[in-house]
Amino acid sequence: MPGALSICNAGKVYDPGGLNVVAMDGITFDIRENAFCVVVGPSGCGKTTLLNSVAGFDGLTSGEIFLDGERIAGRGVSAKPGPGRMVVFQNGALFPWKTVLWNVSCGPVQQGRMSRAEAQTKARELMAKVGLSGIEDQFPGQLSGGQKRRVEIVRALMNNPKVLLMDEPFRALDALTKSVVQEFLLEVYDAIPKTVFFITHDLEEAIFLADVVVVMSTRPGTVKRIVKTGLPRPRDHTLLTSPEFLRLYGELEALIHEEAMKAFRAGERELA
Amino acid sequence: MEPNEDNPMIVSSQSIVLTKRGSDRGFGRRLRRFVSGPQFRWGVVGIAGFILYWYLMVDVFKIGSFARLPGFVSTIREWVSRNPTYGTSLFTAEYYKHIWSSVTRVAIAFVLATGLGVPVGLLMGWRRVFRGLTFPILELLRPIPILAYIPVVLVLVPGREAPIIVLTFLAAFFVTILNTLLGVRSIDQSYLRAAKSLGFSEAATLLHVIIPGALPYVFVGLQIGMAACWFSLVASEIVSGQSGMGYEVWQTYYYQQYETMVIYMGTLGMMGWASCATLRAVGRRLMRWRAAMLGGI
Repeated sequence: MPGALSICNAGKVYDPGGLNVVAMDGITFDIRENAFCVVVGPSGCGKTTLLNSVAGFDGLTSGEIFLDGERIAGRGVSAKPGPGRMVVFQNGALFPWKTVLWNVSCGPVQQGRMSRAEAQTKARELMAKVGLSGIEDQFPGQLSGGQKRRVEIVRALMNNPKVLLMDEPFRALDALTKSVVQEFLLEVYDAIPKTVFFITHDLEEAIFLADVVVVMSTRPGTVKRIVKTGLPRPRDHTLLTSPEFLRLYGELEALIHEEAMKAFRAGERELA
Repeated sequence: MEPNEDNPMIVSSQSIVLTKRGSDRGFGRRLRRFVSGPQFRWGVVGIAGFILYWYLMVDVFKIGSFARLPGFVSTIREWVSRNPTYGTSLFTAEYYKHIWSSVTRVAIAFVLATGLGVPVGLLMGWRRVFRGLTFPILELLRPIPILAYIPVVLVLVPGREAPIIVLTFLAAFFVTILNTLLGVRSIDQSYLRAAKSLGFSEAATLLHVIIPGALPYVFVGLQIGMAACWFSLVASEIVSGQSGMGYEVWQTYYYQQYETMVIYMGTLGMMGWASCATLRAVGRRLMRWRAAMLGGI
């Protein structure tokens, strides 16, 4: 399952009441198949806008996006989401009125690829494989925040997507839970390699997870720097204190801080 | 939330706890727990206080115009009498005849209001064009008090029974539509996007996302609608009925049979309470996932 993502000169202008807010402009970078790419930037830099165009929730006003050569966004392409591009949402989107098993197995059933029984068998297998057995018959509301996130990742993987899109998925978690779920994601990534497009404003998270970190500037969002981390896999939390990690962190922190300050000042201007 | 809840090793112990809680869900058990709980005890105290107030104001001190009301003791005596002064008590067929005709009217009107109101509300929430088309009409008709509909309905709908049912229906219908619509609109955009990404068809989205997602609001609407049903039932029975509890409340007032009047008022209150409690029970059953989310009931 390939999943090479190519973003060419992507731009988006929102026009609420003729205000012409440029959310992002001239974004160009490639993610080769099975690479883990993390986009970092301050709030309001267009990260989510970019992810929504890749997901097919929203169109572009300029530029194009290709997935394995197929044009999925751009002029004349109507935005259309699909199981090839699975999204893990910021606040989680497991259907709370369905059991965990239903949630995990629903994709292949709805796409007509499997019968309900087949999908459920596969869901149980996958959940067992990643250490989530025993919660299949519970409702998402009965799970902890960390469990919910892991189940949602498994639900996405059940659809065998070309690319996994993650929109600040661990934002609402406390620090301890967050590190547990990050390691879970890395284990899953090592076991089932996928192209991952991950958004965060947490630089430590970005470097810990990524092969490639894309730093975005504040509004209008543009690509400020692309850094290959070159850190070895498999990774665990001991990486966080390694000299190589700290060197990267130092290098990127300055960039991010500069953008955050710009965003902050712009915000002050807007409020003034 | 303990951080080690996230350790997959102890997931199974957590699920055992939850299954145990699950087996507690029988109606009898819940009733027993409710009766022994503080809510019930305070409820009894509250009602006892209300009755004491009634007894003191009317039976004992006869303060001002309270003297003209039927006393608590005489009302209860009438209610349980085998040979009631005004011909209505727990032991007369008359009593049950009126209860029956009111209950059937409310039942028919409520089922119609739910059966039509929920689909219309879903459609309004789901389809922008339909919402654009119908929302102004809803907002125009909804605020008109149900009493103002009485003449139109009497002119329009033939027969004696049908107008009452139509009026009772109307009150619940608007509330049900509005709450269903709000329920659909309240569904987090992420769920709809997730459904699209997962490859749900429109029909599957409606069935698995929109309907269950709107259900909490729908049930709030049904409860308000049920109360509205009883309200407009009494109003329409007073105006055009020949039977029913509302009709009897007015008749007994007219003939100054105040004990019977209060008996029917009390019965209306109990019926209203019972019908809403039934709805809540049905809602709890359909939305077990919510009980789980709110920490179990």
